[in-house]
Amino acid sequence: MSTDLGMPSLRPPVAPPGVGGLSGDRSFPAAAKDALADDQLRRNLGNATRTIRTKRAAVVDEVPDWAQLRAAGAAIKDDVLAHLDTYLIQLEEQVTARGGVVHWARDAAEANRIVTELVQATGVDQVVKVKSMATQEIGLNEALAEAGISAWETDLAELIVQLADDKPSHILVPAIHRNRAEIREIFLREMGRAGLAADPGLTDDPKALAEAARRHLRQKFLTAEVAISGANFAIAETGTLAVVESEGNGRMCLTLPRVLITVMGVEKLLPTWPDLEVFLQLLPRSSTGERMNPYTSMWTGVTPGDGPQEFHLVLLDNGRTATLADPKGRSALRCIRCSACLNVCPVYERTGGHAYGSVYPGPIGAVLSPQLTGVEYNSTLPFASSLCGACYDVCPVAIDIPSMLVHLRSEVVDAKQAAHRAPSAEAMLMGATGWVMRGRRRWPLALRALTLLHRPIAALGRLRGRPVRISVAPPPLSAWTAARDLPVPPKETFRDRWARQERGSLGSGGARQE
Amino acid sequence: MRIGLLITCLVDGMFPDVAADTVTVLRRLGHEVEVPAAQTCCGQMHVNTGYPRQAVPLVRRYVETFSEFDAVVAPSGSCIGSVRHQHADVAGQVGDERLATAARELATRSYELSELLVDVLGVTDVGASYPHRVTYHPTCHSLRMLRVGEKPLQLLRAVQDIDLVELPDAESCCGFGGTFALKNSDVSAAMLADKLDRVAETGARRLCASDSSCLMHLGGGLSRRTGSMTETVHLATILASTKDPS
Repeated sequence: MSTDLGMPSLRPPVAPPGVGGLSGDRSFPAAAKDALADDQLRRNLGNATRTIRTKRAAVVDEVPDWAQLRAAGAAIKDDVLAHLDTYLIQLEEQVTARGGVVHWARDAAEANRIVTELVQATGVDQVVKVKSMATQEIGLNEALAEAGISAWETDLAELIVQLADDKPSHILVPAIHRNRAEIREIFLREMGRAGLAADPGLTDDPKALAEAARRHLRQKFLTAEVAISGANFAIAETGTLAVVESEGNGRMCLTLPRVLITVMGVEKLLPTWPDLEVFLQLLPRSSTGERMNPYTSMWTGVTPGDGPQEFHLVLLDNGRTATLADPKGRSALRCIRCSACLNVCPVYERTGGHAYGSVYPGPIGAVLSPQLTGVEYNSTLPFASSLCGACYDVCPVAIDIPSMLVHLRSEVVDAKQAAHRAPSAEAMLMGATGWVMRGRRRWPLALRALTLLHRPIAALGRLRGRPVRISVAPPPLSAWTAARDLPVPPKETFRDRWARQERGSLGSGGARQE
Repeated sequence: MRIGLLITCLVDGMFPDVAADTVTVLRRLGHEVEVPAAQTCCGQMHVNTGYPRQAVPLVRRYVETFSEFDAVVAPSGSCIGSVRHQHADVAGQVGDERLATAARELATRSYELSELLVDVLGVTDVGASYPHRVTYHPTCHSLRMLRVGEKPLQLLRAVQDIDLVELPDAESCCGFGGTFALKNSDVSAAMLADKLDRVAETGARRLCASDSSCLMHLGGGLSRRTGSMTETVHLATILASTKDPS
């Protein structure tokens, strides 16, 4: 069964607001402020990200042709994006020919409806889930709950998040913000409500925690009739789906239940099997810092008598075509959700994922979320970066995140200007500084005006007998002086000094501070 | 070789000694430096805050002011980063292909100070002396946009009497980030605090970098720390320093 997408409109639709997990209700700076105040969170994040990024650096450094692999990964994804229409049709044909059913979902609401109806048709009210970003993105668990269907997460970290009624804060390690003492508490308190309860004597030893999760989940695996997964890759030429994971819990879901429903973003395609070879090298090393991930599950349609006997593939757009339409933003769709950029990001390391409001946090989230929803709904995310460039360096598919952030900032500015007739204070300031700076006479005068502050400040310093620090300033500089002093302007600009000395005695620099 | 100095707006208005020190170093090596009066700013602030159209006249001004030079040097990795990675694109955004081409061409002759010294002039020992314990923070745009790599450290290692100590986590951002420091002040301050903790661990009395903007942020944080004896210093200032100031 496939749905006609109809005639494409001029501007492809973005993800609908209010459905799923692509945007929060607070600005990034406001949410970040609260996160920064949580010392425990900062310690957990600092330790965890440091461990993963050190591991990643070691296993990437040992690959002699990493640069070539990275270039190949980017090129394959760009080819997929340039010919997405062809590859998607090919995938649909192949999946269908091998006994699977393909569904097309324009957005989160449509995908949720399709999956809910598929589950309802089986008559069960419980499903098991493989860790999946796409289903987090569309808010599938919540949609199923509304229909009276319980969806149980089986990835250990997702289970922790679900039991705590929390939200994921990292793409790969959704419970990265929790330490083991907190996890023990959650297991003791919540497991019984969700199924097999934890042993009251449970300790916070990692082995004991894993064992508790294993017992709890085993009961789910052995009783589940329907599983829901995402996909890391889909191979167009054969219709094969692939999930890579570390725990084997995904493998249980993909093989034991009778019905398997996979929700996958349309950009997850690869043309051929040899392309997969590139990504199975790039992904584990970038993601978990492992040479190879422990479990790679692949399936092609339905095999009678082996594994799920009913397979549905839901292909999700939800703003991806809109992202594809922007030549400066589309390479965000190369992303393979490895989360290497999160682990090296100095902003993410200090705020954690929740501050971003989207299930896609960190640098990739700051460029992907606003594109999927339209910049109006995630307008502070493109500014949630110091543009340090660490993310670009580690990206296994070479997404130039800093340049894309800069591009999206101008999109945000343009959207705000279109929405309000009067320009913002910032726009006026930028216009004014732009006007002053473009004038070869205006600009030196403006700089000279700054130096007029030197004498009174120096005089005040002499009066007090110590140098003055500028620790208070009016907005917008008050945001600066909240944490830092401002330097005292010099008594003369460089260009005035240069003109005065006419290149005469400028050679006495350097040691003057001594 | 005709060398033009891009003073950079921040150095011109707030840290003029850094430009003077840049001139001093190049003169000691036998190179004259010209400072064209028509220059203003590279436009990075406008581009990175989301106002690329405001930057177009600044790109044009940079190209018109410096095209006649064999090389342009700036005591800033960030401004040269903007010249090299943003100027042509900004011109292209408004469809000015001629300007884009000229900007692209001039960018190949625009250098951050350590690049000019090491790559173009082939010098690592500039005859400096600096008797202090120094730690070096490699600013993000020098490191990851320009890929200056070890060049600033090569220059510092050749300075006489310097006690150069390694900065832990050197490659992580100090938290400045231009208007990021204002728009996300709390995150910026948290990054700054961690960076200054690492600096304190080194026991260095001088924190060196090759960008006055990052140094303004770091220095503004240092002067808030009670009891901190560490001061910021620009790479150009260390390289300009000698035993016998002449």
